[in-house]
Amino acid sequence: MIPSIPQPKSFRVAYGAYVALFFIYLVLPLGVVAVFAFNDSMFPSLPWGGFTLDWFFNDTQPRLGLFHDPRLLSSIWTSFFIACWVTGLSVAVGLTNAFLFERQDFPLKNVLYMVMLLPLVIPGVILGVSILVFSSTIAAFLETNFGLDVFFLRPSKFLVILGQFSFIATITTLVIAARLRKFDIALEEAAQTLGASKLVAVWTVTIPYLKPALIGAAIVSFLMSFENFNTTLMLVGSDQPLTIAMYGRLREGSTPELNALSLLLMVGAGALALISVFVQRDKP
Amino acid sequence: MRMQSATRLALFLLLAPIVLWLALLVILPHVDMFMVSMRERVGIRQYEYSFANYVEFFVEPLYWRTFARTAIMSIIATVMTLLIGFPVSYYIAKMLRGRMKNFLFLLCLVPFWVSELVRTFGWMILLRESGVISNLMQWMGLVSGPVEMLYNDATIMVGFIYTSMLFMVVPLVSTLDSLDDSLVEAGYDLGGNAFTVLRTIIIPHAMPGIVSGCIVVFMLTLGNYLTPVLLGGKDSLWFTEQIYTQFITRFNWEQGAAFGFLLLGLSSLIVWAGLRLSRQTLSQTMG
Repeated sequence: MIPSIPQPKSFRVAYGAYVALFFIYLVLPLGVVAVFAFNDSMFPSLPWGGFTLDWFFNDTQPRLGLFHDPRLLSSIWTSFFIACWVTGLSVAVGLTNAFLFERQDFPLKNVLYMVMLLPLVIPGVILGVSILVFSSTIAAFLETNFGLDVFFLRPSKFLVILGQFSFIATITTLVIAARLRKFDIALEEAAQTLGASKLVAVWTVTIPYLKPALIGAAIVSFLMSFENFNTTLMLVGSDQPLTIAMYGRLREGSTPELNALSLLLMVGAGALALISVFVQRDKP
Repeated sequence: MRMQSATRLALFLLLAPIVLWLALLVILPHVDMFMVSMRERVGIRQYEYSFANYVEFFVEPLYWRTFARTAIMSIIATVMTLLIGFPVSYYIAKMLRGRMKNFLFLLCLVPFWVSELVRTFGWMILLRESGVISNLMQWMGLVSGPVEMLYNDATIMVGFIYTSMLFMVVPLVSTLDSLDDSLVEAGYDLGGNAFTVLRTIIIPHAMPGIVSGCIVVFMLTLGNYLTPVLLGGKDSLWFTEQIYTQFITRFNWEQGAAFGFLLLGLSSLIVWAGLRLSRQTLSQTMG
């Protein structure tokens, strides 16, 4: 079953057809979402009512376009705010973790590494509820003992950021550590021999080497945060991030405005994917 | 002496963030959730330690049936994802070369980059009563009226397989890629047919990829919330939904925490069993 071994033609045709069918299955749902963003009808379904850009640009109800819908725009902003924080925190902690695991030796290092992987095997819903329970325990403790009302320990943007960070940091750690492992430490030592302090050597030699991994990790964290649903659902407060707002509309049944939004998300994610492929490509 | 204290300081500075992160956001919350799951409300703001919440799970058929259903459907989804994904991964890894290979591999990654909500929305547009496929079937004369294809188990399964496929294909392609063609040729030279070569050479070689793919797919399916709720409707009976109901709708945190632990236990058990069966470690599979 490799090209060098002859197979009956019928088998090759059937196999090719199966793979083609698979890719149709993969692309079809995304394709229909995109196409119906331009449907000139109140519903994202057939019959096709003709081509329109209303679902992006129209400014009056009931055919409110995406760019004139204050509720959706503000939820995009909320998601963006959360994603920026999560990205910054996860990349920073991922970087320090990479140095910790690749450069340092200490007792129980393997145990710590195992614990660090745990957030990947805990379902997102459970990560969310456990943080919800713990933060409300702390809030209740502070309130009964000190009379403090700590508002950010109630479901809020702050908790959503912490919840997403709790598992995205594992991913950034793995990405950055993999790159740091390939780094030749002699380069850093050479910088120190030439008179740089340890910190200056790391800053001017090692960090630039890690740049592709840092950018890649940042893109992945941003996207995972922006698109996260399970953990966010449990921790969300009054400002709804985009995924929660979209979920609400999906359940109500929505106009093709939601398709326009989805198309925008796909284009944004596609652009980020291209950047990350481009950045991570190893130059010969 | 100074040098030594400097490296100690560096170690502590590097340990601080990870310890804070894991202690405050992963370990302590789970310990606390366990404590909550072990208490029973006996009066207003009065609690006693007991197993009542876990007993409730076994006493109420709805709960354990939902739990069993979730586990079984997740296993079926994992097996189906493997069966559908394996030939495709093999095709990408072994039958194709160059540009086409890279292109199709990247195409498999597309669902990862697109939000799960958007993907599920796509399936809703395709499968609902007024959807594209229902209309297409009417137009072709296969059925006489609109067909509702949402809100049943088969549809939930299609959604799961779609969402999970990438996590199966990526590890499979990378292990199959490392299989030397000459081994397959040798298998044929020694008189094997396609089936024996597949069984004795290709599958054993791909085993690490199969295991890590299956573990990730199983966990993601078990913990999925959107797909069963949106594609399965009100009667989808998924366990994460039950957790959400207890926490957010009924505000019964004690019960919800117990459910959370049961789900966590199930997922850990399956991951552990998968790793034991294949003699791998978590670090090898994830890292």
